[in-house]
Amino acid sequence: MGPETLEALQKEAIEEVLEVYPAKAAKNRAKHLGVDSPEGVKGACDKTRSNKQTVPGVMSQRGCAYAGSKGVVWGPIKDMIHISHGPIGCGQYSRGGRRNYYIGTTGVDTFVTMNFSTDFSEKDIVFGGDTKLKKALTEIDELFPLNNGISIQSECPIGLIGDDIQAVAKVHKKESSKPTIAVSCEGFRGVSQSLGHHLANDAIRDEVMTDTSARSEFESTDYDVAIIGDYNIGGDAWATRILLEEIGLRVIAQWSGDATYKEMAIAPKAKLNLLHCYRSMNYISRHMEQEFNIPWMEYNFFGPSKTTESLRKIAEFFGEEVQAKAEEVIAKYTAMTDAVIAKYKPVLEGKKVMLYVGGLRPRHVIGAYEDLGMEIIGTGYEFAHGDDYKRTKEDIERSTLIYDDVNEYELEKFVHKLKPDLVAAGVKEKYVFQKMGLPFRQMHSWDYSGPYHGYDAFAVFAKDMDLAMNSPVWNHTKAPWEKEEVGA
Amino acid sequence: MQDVDKIVNGQKLFLKDEYQTSLAAKKEFESAMGAINPAKVDEVQEWTKSWDYREKNLAREAITVNPAKACQPLGAIMAALGFENTMPYVHGSHGCVAYFRSYFTRHFKEPTPCVSDSMSESAAVFGGLANMKDGLRNCNAMYKPEHIAVSTTCMAEVIGDDLNAFVVGAREEAEGELDDLPITYAHTPSFVGSHITGYDNMMKAMLEQLNPPKSERVVDEGRINIIPGFEPYLGSLAEVKEIAAEFSDKIVMIGDHEEQWNTGAGDYKLYAGGTPMDVAKTAINAETTISLQKYSTVQTAKTIKNKWKQGYETCNPIGLAGTDEFVMKLSELTGKEVSEKLKTERAQLVDAMQDSYPYMHGKKIAIYGDPDFLLGMVSFLVEMGAIPTHVLCNNAPRKGWEKDMQEIIDKSPWAKDCQIWPAKDLWHLRSLLFTEPVDFMIGNVYGKELYRDTKTPLIRIGFPIFDRHHLHRYSMSGYKGALNLLTWITNGILDQLDEETKDIGETDYFFDAVR
Repeated sequence: MGPETLEALQKEAIEEVLEVYPAKAAKNRAKHLGVDSPEGVKGACDKTRSNKQTVPGVMSQRGCAYAGSKGVVWGPIKDMIHISHGPIGCGQYSRGGRRNYYIGTTGVDTFVTMNFSTDFSEKDIVFGGDTKLKKALTEIDELFPLNNGISIQSECPIGLIGDDIQAVAKVHKKESSKPTIAVSCEGFRGVSQSLGHHLANDAIRDEVMTDTSARSEFESTDYDVAIIGDYNIGGDAWATRILLEEIGLRVIAQWSGDATYKEMAIAPKAKLNLLHCYRSMNYISRHMEQEFNIPWMEYNFFGPSKTTESLRKIAEFFGEEVQAKAEEVIAKYTAMTDAVIAKYKPVLEGKKVMLYVGGLRPRHVIGAYEDLGMEIIGTGYEFAHGDDYKRTKEDIERSTLIYDDVNEYELEKFVHKLKPDLVAAGVKEKYVFQKMGLPFRQMHSWDYSGPYHGYDAFAVFAKDMDLAMNSPVWNHTKAPWEKEEVGA
Repeated sequence: MQDVDKIVNGQKLFLKDEYQTSLAAKKEFESAMGAINPAKVDEVQEWTKSWDYREKNLAREAITVNPAKACQPLGAIMAALGFENTMPYVHGSHGCVAYFRSYFTRHFKEPTPCVSDSMSESAAVFGGLANMKDGLRNCNAMYKPEHIAVSTTCMAEVIGDDLNAFVVGAREEAEGELDDLPITYAHTPSFVGSHITGYDNMMKAMLEQLNPPKSERVVDEGRINIIPGFEPYLGSLAEVKEIAAEFSDKIVMIGDHEEQWNTGAGDYKLYAGGTPMDVAKTAINAETTISLQKYSTVQTAKTIKNKWKQGYETCNPIGLAGTDEFVMKLSELTGKEVSEKLKTERAQLVDAMQDSYPYMHGKKIAIYGDPDFLLGMVSFLVEMGAIPTHVLCNNAPRKGWEKDMQEIIDKSPWAKDCQIWPAKDLWHLRSLLFTEPVDFMIGNVYGKELYRDTKTPLIRIGFPIFDRHHLHRYSMSGYKGALNLLTWITNGILDQLDEETKDIGETDYFFDAVR
């Protein structure tokens, strides 16, 4: 299939999905869907409407502001306790699903996989939850004395019943002398996880960046960097850290995968902030630039091409000595990743992939697939903004269907039309496509594998893609007595 | 670095020396006590195992830690998916629906259809009517349901949206598109009860709103409805139907979500199976309705008994006695003798129980989960001679449940050694396991951390189970279901026995080939 026919097919796919909607919804959704290519002028990457209200009544894959704050940004900070403040559900559904790995004694000095909830009853809604929250904070300090701070993550009712969690937090902070940070990340705020990231960043700015106690005695070196926007899913940040250390840098903080409160607080001592997930932590990177004069740099550690490119860019910032080391490191690992490519490219080359992930990976993982000869023919974000789509343009390699906040109906139709060999998205989508006999990989959780960041991780990625594409299980869908293929 | 001939993922990658060195070096920048003063971690860890800690822990009033329960709309979605071509529709924020769908999908390894009307700040101020007007039309156009079942998130409940008025309003403005579509609705506030309350509220609402008023009831002689309740074991639904079919072809399941989460490979179907709408709409005409989960259908029971004036029975066909009671109830209601097939199944189960009893006998068990699940499971443990030492139920109903449970426990010769823990969470259970240890734990995936901390082996029976595959496909109800329970528990005990006796030259004299 040549690029021209691919583009025509992609445009036809959009027209077809829009047919089903009532007029108002069709008009809305049309703005979120488009096609672009590396040569395209003012294509979908420039024009796609994003970060807007989801059309009501569809099966959107989006989450909420609480998910963005508690689930993504704050939750992984391991030596703090994060209270899901409100009814029981949110804390329960978000428990232990993201695979933010950490080292620690859970329940004693670290708490990431636990669910702390104020478990609201009707009484708390009617009379307000501040009293319960105050008591909860005291009980936590008594039973979990090694916590290094508490964050209060608001669920929907908090902002609606007029509670003053900021005041409760302030009092407790004074009484306990520990960070006590209230985040008003009620799920109904904004249109997706994205506002939750922003609100979480704002809370870090106001409550953590202003705490100079750990910073004052910290001794910096000229090679200090902080990893920003890596949640250590399946150990990603560890696989990143080791490379940065090998080129001669000192990683003083991981935000926020396997992070501790101190790492959050000393980050302004870094010489350079390295930003992986732009969408969820660009806010605080900009703040540190303005407030502490720390430059920040976006990088991409998915796949050897992008990792090498990023390492060179990072090394360049630190000068010749680091650059020389970086070249050694690149040479050392490239021998290995070349062997990985030699092993897997023959069985993966030319396979077509459609992606649908959150706010970074829909563009960031393209390079890793392309390194293996796999072709991205569609990609989209749950909660990106215009600047993410613009950045996507740099990563697409051919005519690509772009879909913002795609719902299950649309994605299913697109897949039927474009017939990719692999779909890479989230758990809610996974079994829909597997039932059609299509290989699928979860790209939020790395499908219980990983890490996927860095050179060592690329070997894992390649092996996992081979596992997905070339398992014999996909051959069994059609029964021997059937003449026509099922699910084609 | 990776060896390309033997690529390993994080589990083994991070054990390599270079990663261990890097992780050790990271501690310099950390504030966790494990990095600063590991001895202090050991000290506090020891303290968490003490009676002193237990007393403080049990005195908690405000913070809930690791509970085994979820919130109302989750149950409402399960109830809705028990009906044919029905789309669960959650009036509220879409973040909640993303969570519900993920939660079910991680358990069943199946897609979970459910939409929301994506309420946000403007809806918080002006109410969610506009969302519902667009949402119902869009949902209908895209997913072509035969019935939409509306439940609510806590946001919609706090701002006080009037579902009845909203559904009427949405219909009026839909240019006829929704005229023939049944739309039922239930208020399912997350701050009241748990997921089983949501199941109950949605079930009650669907039955009331799909059926005609009592004045139009035409009794359909011999018809019996069975409501399964919040049942995560799809095999249980199949087995209950199989047992019922032994007595009459006029016994129908109301809320049959078996097929929805058990479709085969081939083309993906949005809707699968479920109680047909004509069966749902005539539920009122049955002579009797049997609920298999008394405490998941408390409100639904009121409709059936008080409004419909129908016969209402509760059975709990988990374990031998529970299944016997169910079978005898069906025999009594249909006037039909127990079939040879069921007699054989019962005899086979009892035979198996007598084969395996030495391993469960006298074993101390901690068990946690939903109220009706626990009533059935504890009954089975007692039948087998096991000791349900700690029975923990976070969402225990205030009225009746504890008494029901005590009556079951009282049948055990070790009744005085058993304790019921209503409204307690798994962090409480951690203290109980350290201070009054047991041999085994039975419960959902969340017991995993307790296994790690206390070394008490976990036998996975319950909901949700994310980390083991396909258990939900089996039955835990009926005689064959009890045989599954027996198999899982006995073999769990035997696996542990092997684990404890596998040390070469130390304990392996008891590492027997025959047991």
